[in-house]
Amino acid sequence: MSHKLTDGGQVMHVGTLSRVEGEGAMHIEYSGGEVTKVQLRIYEPPRFYEAFLRGRAWTEPPDITARICGICPVAYQTSSCGAIEDACGVTVPEEIGLMRRLLYCGEWIESHALHIFLLHAPDFLGYEGAIEMAADHPAVVERGLRLKKAGNDLMDLVGGRSVHPINVRIGGFYRMPTIAQLRGIRPVLEDAREEAVETVRLVAGFDFPDMEQPYEYLSLRPEVGYPIESGSVVTTAGKAFPVQDFTKHIQEQQVEWSNALHATLDGESPYVVGPLARYTLNFDRLSPIAQDIAREVGLGTTCRNPFRSIIVRAVELVYACDEAIAIIDRWRDGIVPSVPVPPRAGEGFGASEAPRGVLFHRYVIDDEGIIKDAQIVPPTSQNQPSIEADLRTMVKDWFEADAALDDHSLSHRCEQTIRNYDPCISCATHFLDLTVKRS
Amino acid sequence: MTVPHSYPYSERKPKLAVWKFASCDGCQLTLLNCEDELIPLAGQVQIAYFPEATRAVVDGPYDVSLVEGSVTTPDEVERIQRIREISRQVITIGACATSGGIQALRNFGDVAEFRSIVYAHPEYLSTLARATPISAHVSVDFELRGCPINKRQLLEVLAAAIQGRKPRIPSYSVCVECKRRGTVCVAVANGTPCLGPVTQAGCGALCPAFARGCYGCFGPQDSPNTSSLADRLLSLGMRQGDILRIYRTFNAASEPFRRESERHEPGRQSAVSS
Repeated sequence: MSHKLTDGGQVMHVGTLSRVEGEGAMHIEYSGGEVTKVQLRIYEPPRFYEAFLRGRAWTEPPDITARICGICPVAYQTSSCGAIEDACGVTVPEEIGLMRRLLYCGEWIESHALHIFLLHAPDFLGYEGAIEMAADHPAVVERGLRLKKAGNDLMDLVGGRSVHPINVRIGGFYRMPTIAQLRGIRPVLEDAREEAVETVRLVAGFDFPDMEQPYEYLSLRPEVGYPIESGSVVTTAGKAFPVQDFTKHIQEQQVEWSNALHATLDGESPYVVGPLARYTLNFDRLSPIAQDIAREVGLGTTCRNPFRSIIVRAVELVYACDEAIAIIDRWRDGIVPSVPVPPRAGEGFGASEAPRGVLFHRYVIDDEGIIKDAQIVPPTSQNQPSIEADLRTMVKDWFEADAALDDHSLSHRCEQTIRNYDPCISCATHFLDLTVKRS
Repeated sequence: MTVPHSYPYSERKPKLAVWKFASCDGCQLTLLNCEDELIPLAGQVQIAYFPEATRAVVDGPYDVSLVEGSVTTPDEVERIQRIREISRQVITIGACATSGGIQALRNFGDVAEFRSIVYAHPEYLSTLARATPISAHVSVDFELRGCPINKRQLLEVLAAAIQGRKPRIPSYSVCVECKRRGTVCVAVANGTPCLGPVTQAGCGALCPAFARGCYGCFGPQDSPNTSSLADRLLSLGMRQGDILRIYRTFNAASEPFRRESERHEPGRQSAVSS
């Protein structure tokens, strides 16, 4: 809703933001042809994870921090395992890393399919949601649900269940899936890979507003492969540093209007994490089938239009299916499910690529393994300044093109701009109602 | 209190609303994870309010309100009252809504200190000292357990609500599910500490099937003997601090688990080991 102010300006406020994970609102002020204020208000209540992790055992963060987000629990489990193992001076065998990557592929497939088909596609096709869209485009929604189910099935097999998997522990897993079980799910993933390729063709045909982001992009980059479960940090400005240095480069600040902290990179903001950053920094690491489909639809080796993130997400969906199949084909039985991780006093750092961007964890533990300090930097708090900057740019463009743009359309477009980031508001609180003030 | 219903609906589709309080969204996601059932479900009920899935809002009153999350802010205290007023049935989904969830760990600490650990400007925050379940504020028609809830149980609860019958959700322990599944007892066979005997079934006894002890994410079963199990856990090599922590996770504020965890606080162990 909007209302005119006595000074001739206008305020617009969008109520509960829909089709995002968590709760937020948006406030925009527009006056004299300029956007004077854009604030994302995350009112998702604070849950104080970093506080109550103090006093917990070093073995507990994978189960506890998974509960920060029901959509990307594997990201929390993986980053926390990495950080605790770093603190304890343990490097897990390559096979355990591969099984983490396979489980993580399941989460990428589930989360990307959810966002592409159920949350974001309705914006481009002009529907309020996927259920309404299903009436006119049943084949599209059914494809999305099949892809999502393939991801969930993979997570069920490796993790025990898709929301808050139970099979992850510090040092590895409780039980390894057998090669027979993995071969059983391979045909599902082959079908999913084909449907993911079709998904890239579908979403590449949508209409996209023109917009180029000038911001720095940040992602992980491992020694081999596309970044998922590990890697060191790289940026488009040419910075490169190990995960152990992230607190030296990335700082979080609290702003009055939000329960989520805002992150800066070497004092600068905004910077961007997520599919666009991963793709732009790691195109060379995608598998041939993912690179080929990206070229076929004319995506290029970099992408700086946030609205086209839906295409990049679809390319990553192809990659995740392809990579899962590759891991299954290399797997053999008889791998020890976990290695011991005895506690020792120290500080450890871990990072992995959640579907929506890099997720950092840092822990300090004592010699009995009791957690003394915990720090979690989720992707959405890193992207929050860039979401606000995108809105600033787009709202100005929209008003310049049509000064009489009504609130309903404006609200719709703003929400789409926010959804480009697949924001996870539950994660960031530590999201949206729209208010716009204009003249 | 159960509100008498004039179900089954014959004239119109029942209106379903999904509400969120402090939570991780995982239990709502479980509804979207019903990939094979979602479109048929949308044919049987009117999805009237579900912001995570659609912008469309159909005004209340609602026949069934699914509530995820626990009450942690002054605004939420008021919001749950309004939801109760416009809902024929209120069904809580998950550990947060049913017992306070992981964020109820604040109930054992000092929230002022918690705020200052996480936030540089705690004065910007609006938060309550305690995270509480929905039933602490309004009458609830059914509480579905789990962190997260189980998909099949959610579909059963929805079907029962639509058909106007009692949901078939067992309140016995995880041990029963292990026996039915044919899983060898991890505590007896391997000496693995397991909360199965005191935890309500519903997950399908997942953890023991993965060679792991149950960690209690479905909360206490009907008549849990938590202290007897605590003695057993001690004999399996757990320490007092471990027992405090294992009872104090995703259902920490549920009465039996809260009481047992408090018995293992530092300085109170002598009362326990007798």
